[in-house]
Amino acid sequence: MSKEFLFTKTHEWVQFLDDTTARIGISDYAQSELGDLVFINLPEEGDEVIVGESFADVESVKAVSNVYSPVTGTVKSINKNLLDQPELVNMDAMDAWFVEVEGISDKGDLLSEEEYKKLIAE
Amino acid sequence: MKLIFEKGNINRRLDLMPECDVPVVDVDERYKRKKEIRLPNVSETEISRHYTKLSKRTFGVNNGFYPLGSCTMKYNPKINDEIAKLPGFSDVHPLQPEHTVQGCLEVYKLAEEYLCEITGMDAMDFQPAAGAHGEFTGLKLIRAYHRDRNDTKRDKIIVPDSAHGTNPASAAMAGFTVINLPSTEEGFVDVDALRKVVGEDTAGFMLTNPNTIGLFEEHILEITSIIHEAGGLNYYDGANLNAIMGIARPGDMGFDVVHLNLHKTFSTPHGGGGPGSGPVGCKMHLTQYLPTPRIAEKDGMLTFEEKNGKSIGRVKDFYGNFLVVVRALTYMMTLGSEGLKNASENAVLNANYMLHMLKDTFDIPFGKGRCMHEFVISLEKLKKEKSVSALDFAKSLLDYEIHPPTMYFPLIVHEALMVEPTETETKETLDEVIAIYKELYDKAYTDPDSMHNSPATTPVGRPDEVAAARNPILRFF
Repeated sequence: MSKEFLFTKTHEWVQFLDDTTARIGISDYAQSELGDLVFINLPEEGDEVIVGESFADVESVKAVSNVYSPVTGTVKSINKNLLDQPELVNMDAMDAWFVEVEGISDKGDLLSEEEYKKLIAE
Repeated sequence: MKLIFEKGNINRRLDLMPECDVPVVDVDERYKRKKEIRLPNVSETEISRHYTKLSKRTFGVNNGFYPLGSCTMKYNPKINDEIAKLPGFSDVHPLQPEHTVQGCLEVYKLAEEYLCEITGMDAMDFQPAAGAHGEFTGLKLIRAYHRDRNDTKRDKIIVPDSAHGTNPASAAMAGFTVINLPSTEEGFVDVDALRKVVGEDTAGFMLTNPNTIGLFEEHILEITSIIHEAGGLNYYDGANLNAIMGIARPGDMGFDVVHLNLHKTFSTPHGGGGPGSGPVGCKMHLTQYLPTPRIAEKDGMLTFEEKNGKSIGRVKDFYGNFLVVVRALTYMMTLGSEGLKNASENAVLNANYMLHMLKDTFDIPFGKGRCMHEFVISLEKLKKEKSVSALDFAKSLLDYEIHPPTMYFPLIVHEALMVEPTETETKETLDEVIAIYKELYDKAYTDPDSMHNSPATTPVGRPDEVAAARNPILRFF
């Protein structure tokens, strides 16, 4: 998988596998700001996700935060490993995908890696 | 330190129970305990030493400065406990005939009257056992109100992003969908954004005022009218009432429902010592939905009135945490209306004094150098430059034998420390604390490593919070 990562202003990443399928996770910056994650709540396979709406939540020692979907589509699969090992996100946020979404019909304003880096540097 | 179950000897017993002086009743076999009950096998001496030792390891407001923002850890006057200890209050049973507990019922009646006066509400109910329970009850009232009017599409509760986490949680528990409202750059409710999200599905709006940044919402009347015009109700979270007693009333600001935290504002035990009490007050148009029983006067006697067709029903057995209400009433009667006003004025004065003395050293992003009863410091710069986080700063305070402020709240301030000194601290204490805060700020630049490793003097230093959250061990057996 050499496809590029795109980012949202709310610190999610999305990686398109083809035109209508993509994986979604949270950025490395997001995991470092949240600190050690202790719980991740994922949707179920078959659930609809909508651009800009929360589809999952992550809990750290500090707080619980929503994870917003960068695309509209249907959850094809979820990364079940995260349910037992939320620390995977802290170890490698770009590898620890949350969900794979198919049938993507809409996407939000997505930033390139460079644009995202600029945003978090501000 | 050993747990009490790890102490003692299996053959040691402590029989404090008096001999049975009522006829023994045998119960059905299936209700009988199959296994021996697991109790510590310790002597009275061991019990006494165990709890004395534990008490030395805790830190309360009787030990020292305890500025836990949003929690109002004021000193609880001992007279509250003296009054609560009176046999007429402490030796009663909730199922005792009403004519034998008229004094207790009068406590509720008086406390209701005073709290209604303070908040501008028309009725107050004492069933909810704590703040979040009060929120849940208050939201149920809002739900009952809309349903009763056949206005069933109202399923959204609007909550600012600076709110206490319990607000959205209670709204979700009560069956609503939560709309998160961003704050303005100044830390206030964004009135324009609020106008955009209200509509036919708005059930209500939840707010603390002063808000969690410690600022009084300047446009409060406009905010509450926007909700009312959209057909929703306004909910007042009483967490920060300590700033405005005798000065401003939620009822006059346009709120329909409030919950109070007697354990915050009205000086009753707090935290592990509790229990709490989260009475819910409301305006006349909601009183018919309040939990039952309600206390009513009938033929010159006070009585619990059960009948009420539109009530949301009971939210707690009996009638709330009674002795907590006794303490709160004692507090109100000791201070009187002028005293309560003075308490609020001094709470605000103390917070502003600290803020003023610290603002040239620390980054205090909101309020332009003013606050109500609390203020929020941001250590973002310290974290970036020296990797000293709000947690490190808080842990370092422990070595000075003062309690840290609230950390990492509200969420809209990064590396937040939220300081609420309360009115019960002297200027000398505040000056001491101000000096310690400044000293630690300098230390963060000269010796940051020591702050990463602190505290050095407490029985417990840095528990593994992550492991505790991931794999909690919640009981001994």
